[in-house]
Amino acid sequence: MPLFLNDDQAMLADTARPFIAEQAPVGHMRGLRDAAELTGFSRDLWARFAEMGFTGMLVEEAHGGLGLGQVEAGIVLEEIGRNLTPSPFLSTSVGAVTALKGGAAALTERWLPGIVAGEVVAALAIDEGTHHRPLRTALKAERSGNGFRLTGDKRFVAHGHVADLLIVAARTAGAAGEPNGITLFAVEKDALGLTATPERLADASLASRLAFDGVQVDADAVIGEVDGGWAALSRVLAVVRTGTAAEMGGVSAAALAMTVDYLKSRKQFGVHIGSFQALQHRAAHLYAEMEVTRAAVLKAQQLLDADDPHAERATLVAKAMAGMTTTLAVQEGVQMHGGIGMTDEYDIGLYMKRGRVLAEMFGDADFHADQLARHSGY
Amino acid sequence: MNAPVDAIETFRAETRAWLEANCPPEMRRPLRSEADVVWGGRRAQLSEPQRQWLDRMAARGWTTPDWPSEYGGGGLTPQQAKALRQEMAKLGCRSPLNSFGISMLGPALLTYGTEAQKQEHLPKIVRGEIRWCQGYSEPGAGSDLAGLQTSAEDAGDHFVVNGQKVWTSYADKADWIFCLVRTDKSVKQGGISFVLFDMESPGVSTKPILLISGYSPFCETFFDDVHVPKANLVGELNHGWDVAKYLLGHEREMISGMGLGGGGHKSLPEIALDAIGAEPDGRLDDPGLRARIATFEVRAMAFQAMSERFMDELKARRAHPAQPSMMKYYGTELNKARHELIMAAGGSDALAWDSEASHGGAAARGWLRTKGNSIEGGTSEVQLNIIAKRILELPGA
Repeated sequence: MPLFLNDDQAMLADTARPFIAEQAPVGHMRGLRDAAELTGFSRDLWARFAEMGFTGMLVEEAHGGLGLGQVEAGIVLEEIGRNLTPSPFLSTSVGAVTALKGGAAALTERWLPGIVAGEVVAALAIDEGTHHRPLRTALKAERSGNGFRLTGDKRFVAHGHVADLLIVAARTAGAAGEPNGITLFAVEKDALGLTATPERLADASLASRLAFDGVQVDADAVIGEVDGGWAALSRVLAVVRTGTAAEMGGVSAAALAMTVDYLKSRKQFGVHIGSFQALQHRAAHLYAEMEVTRAAVLKAQQLLDADDPHAERATLVAKAMAGMTTTLAVQEGVQMHGGIGMTDEYDIGLYMKRGRVLAEMFGDADFHADQLARHSGY
Repeated sequence: MNAPVDAIETFRAETRAWLEANCPPEMRRPLRSEADVVWGGRRAQLSEPQRQWLDRMAARGWTTPDWPSEYGGGGLTPQQAKALRQEMAKLGCRSPLNSFGISMLGPALLTYGTEAQKQEHLPKIVRGEIRWCQGYSEPGAGSDLAGLQTSAEDAGDHFVVNGQKVWTSYADKADWIFCLVRTDKSVKQGGISFVLFDMESPGVSTKPILLISGYSPFCETFFDDVHVPKANLVGELNHGWDVAKYLLGHEREMISGMGLGGGGHKSLPEIALDAIGAEPDGRLDDPGLRARIATFEVRAMAFQAMSERFMDELKARRAHPAQPSMMKYYGTELNKARHELIMAAGGSDALAWDSEASHGGAAARGWLRTKGNSIEGGTSEVQLNIIAKRILELPGA
């Protein structure tokens, strides 16, 4: 398989790009922000995602989806990144769908049709501390009656306050730091004892702190094996990290495009500032980093779709590269825009803020480099 | 959809079986030093396994898998060539033949050469019979390559070449040279021609340059009334700059391959673990260096993906024509970073200069050698200029 988009994928990109650019350009995100809107995204837009088939992209055709893979999901995510479109696509259509695919038939039948139809929004409740450390999952799930009682806290849960479905990583055995003893649960939003407190982040998105105060769930809310959820969680993390990296690719690409346009139009000392070698070299270096990162992300997507044993390593590389490159792209973007880049009116600053949130989400570059080192035995 | 997949899998299986049967065990071990690299040529001294491996691969045209079979190449499709590369990598097969003929001149001849030139030179490149060197840089023409002054005067059926080249890789070991000469002094790029000649021609002399690594891979090369038949002009008179640029793209691709590393006995983490040791949980007992190595490995693996993508895009003719500049820039900067880390990982061991235990100072000399990567074949700064102008289309100064 060549490492570029095939014809079908290129066609999808040709559809997704104008669709998202028209339906949800940066102004759409600004509108939600300025109205202090409390859902965090547009439900109308989500319904249109469903009409396009995006919501069920990863769902098998037997369940009404498109039966596509991570490369295709990444195409949509890149456009989401390029336009800073607030959307529950990553958590719902990539993360939750992947989690549910590993679950019992009852769970998939319960949730997938709603996701495909654009009626269900899902959130991923994984982080507990300030940093992404999934192995340290400590939220307690104790056997109780016909099921489990969940007690503990989650944070940095995007769309957590409006999600119909929460995919929750909990500890049924073992100690924080151990892979064994982690279990994944599908928790409904109205569960008694569950409180979500949304918080506005720097990029104007909403993420929630979730408090589980003895939340009772049935045994059939368990996704996969009790105590054996680490493998399922790892699969979910692999796709959402790669998906985040794809979204960051869109953020970087837009930041570079905007910056190059500015270099070609802004004049100082009587010439276009883009003719200065100091700036040309910085832009060219950024271009190189972005090209290499794009290849790493596509490689991870293809390996995930092929169920390749090297996919997990490729995922670590993709998210680490995306973290470093997007950070560079938005920083260079603001610097090369000069003073105007510091204004709220100009879009480049919005990209900087979104880039920062995505760099942190599901583990930053240092986290992923560390994971790669462990993987390699040093 | 299934048929081609099956066909490529059949090719892959047959290739693997052939490689297993035909690649001598000695040729499946990592390269220990430059001396293990097979360059071919009239004066090549090959070990028995090296000779066997070269001859067997050349007989199938697999020293140049994607060249047309009419010139001795393998005639493989891009997919097949990729499968061959992957199967060779899996078995750890060394490259049977490394040459500027393969990586640089051949592609240029295939594009710009006459039929007679292709018939004359390509099969000898495939079989490793002639070793080529490249006459580009001059004392006064480095980054500003088009400022070259070596002249070729028209003398009827031949040119008379006079001048000096510098940084000519392995000129003292090469049999033939592909060379940029000035055939018109009145215009810069438009006065350059591309010629081929035998290094044994009267009037050619070479002088190796001692580098900071202690090695002399480069030479100064002098031409004193060298006669070059006009049949050896590649492309049209005064249009050599087109050939030169085309070939530079291939040179940059080749140099960018350095970013892939490999070849060494030990990986970077292994060098560091052996030298420094691990904590009880297995982590390298130097958190700072560990983080630097890990970040480097992230970049190295990403660049590996980029190289795969670039090759795939090239074969499908969808790579940006200036993309080799990006590859060259990234690959060489990465290789320099790798060798800085090898030095840091090895500590004082890596400083040894000539002991046997250090393989003749392989670490230190290798580290110094890489400093030239971002200078040769167009400096990193020249590559960034090219990206800025041709890809980002930023305005000229």
